[in-house]
Amino acid sequence: MSADTRRIFALHGGLLVLLFALHFVLPAYHHGNLARIMVLASYAIGYNILFGYTGLLSLGHALFFAAGMYGMALSIQYGGVTPAPALLAGIAAGAVVSGALALLALRTTGVAFMIVTLMFAQAGYLTILYFGDYTRGDEGFVLQAAQRTLWGIDLSDPANRYVAALILFAVCLMASLWLVRAPFGRVLVAIRENEERVTMLGYNAFAHKLGAMVVSGTISAAAGAAYGLLFGYAGATFASVQYSIFPLLWVLLGGAGTVLGPFIGTLFMFYLIDLSSGLTTAYMLIAGVALVALTLFAPQGLAGELRRRVWKGLP
Amino acid sequence: MSGAVLLSTHGLTKRFDGLTAVEDVDFDLPAGEVRALIGPNGAGKTTLVGMICGRIAPSAGRIVFDGQDITALPAHARIRRGMAYTFQITSVFPRLSVRENVALAARRRIKGRAAVDRAVGAALERVGLPERPDEEAGNLSYGHQRLLELAMGLVQAPRLLILDEPTQGLSEGEVERVKALIEELRGDTTILLIEHNMRVVMDLADRVTVLNFGRVLAEGTPAEIHADAAVQAAYLGTG
Repeated sequence: MSADTRRIFALHGGLLVLLFALHFVLPAYHHGNLARIMVLASYAIGYNILFGYTGLLSLGHALFFAAGMYGMALSIQYGGVTPAPALLAGIAAGAVVSGALALLALRTTGVAFMIVTLMFAQAGYLTILYFGDYTRGDEGFVLQAAQRTLWGIDLSDPANRYVAALILFAVCLMASLWLVRAPFGRVLVAIRENEERVTMLGYNAFAHKLGAMVVSGTISAAAGAAYGLLFGYAGATFASVQYSIFPLLWVLLGGAGTVLGPFIGTLFMFYLIDLSSGLTTAYMLIAGVALVALTLFAPQGLAGELRRRVWKGLP
Repeated sequence: MSGAVLLSTHGLTKRFDGLTAVEDVDFDLPAGEVRALIGPNGAGKTTLVGMICGRIAPSAGRIVFDGQDITALPAHARIRRGMAYTFQITSVFPRLSVRENVALAARRRIKGRAAVDRAVGAALERVGLPERPDEEAGNLSYGHQRLLELAMGLVQAPRLLILDEPTQGLSEGEVERVKALIEELRGDTTILLIEHNMRVVMDLADRVTVLNFGRVLAEGTPAEIHADAAVQAAYLGTG
């Protein structure tokens, strides 16, 4: 057990050390990409808590991502606050919105759950458009470099941005690793496998699913708030259905129910589109073929396949 | 043998549309007793225990556990009060390890990784499944999955252990092991046992309740039940 634990920490800690080392060697283009990928991977980590570990397929996570982004950006733009309280406002907005949606959506299961989350996320998207006077709708609004200085650190500087993204990613990754190995996370996995049995072991399944959704939504909101702050922009696109589908794709590709899967999937998908769009204008065709191949040959995602073939104890 | 009443039902009834599965059952189970619940297929045994442990909402009647009315409590809250239920159709977590299956049952009561590990090891040892605890539960044979169910029940240290056909599908040797296990638990735990294997019932039960068409047909010691003409006709056959 403890040997396994050492291996687990070596693997996940090793990835973080590698990402930090890359900070010093990557060329500017890939350096910028990786910063973006780490923030989006944090979003995917949040999504994976609910989908991969608890087995609840949400189609409305853009609502949480956008709650974080707008909670942060609106409080800077109109509240005149500094980035630190703005980030907290974004995270708190995500926690409240996910808690409220959980109370409604968790009364349903399966396809109905997917539809309810999708509808509420669409309602959120339309709300952002409706209050276009403040949110600037699809066009969005830019946060100036002067508004993005956190404790004297200019987050519009690429180097600072990379380190900030890495810190966010490290916190989310470690939180996720800790959660799924803790008793609470073990119950979530058990709910995914057989909810009725969990109830008959004396666990309140509803309370656990509620907790999972709030943790998932809050991490997603933290990623959304960080994205807005680091890249200096908030727009309604991030609340659209596309941004609910992305984390699902990333997690499926990387390996649902694995701690590293969300990062691997986000990295893979980002560069798949990046590289194929450099080759041809029909890049979505290449991306599509690669996705189909992966679904055929690694149906449990990349990290899922690794778990199946190499290391069964991979968390 | 018989202490204070641990569990009682009053006028417990379950109707599924037109069908009355359980009708007006008054049932008292004293603490410490091993009670068998028998009856022909479709007599309402699983429905009755389903209502007791909260899987099925009753149409009428009350359930009192340890002096408190639990009729309105959800299943998980009843389990927390000291019931454990092992499923008739095995319901383990097939993709989780044997160890993790039992650990999930243990963690609600026991805190701390080392203490949970110890309790899990002891429970697996007790049911005779100590080998290969890291195997996925879904890979176990049917009989071993039943033993795993039993370990998940035991590790909860329940005051009332409800066993729904624990020996179904087990080999002779495994049946003997389950019998010995129930014998060991006698006195510490109150046991409600649904069982078709009459040899097991006759050997283990302090008292037997017979259900037929959702009603209590007879209740008594195994010898009395064996001699009861109505039971003979309904269930045991004429032999």
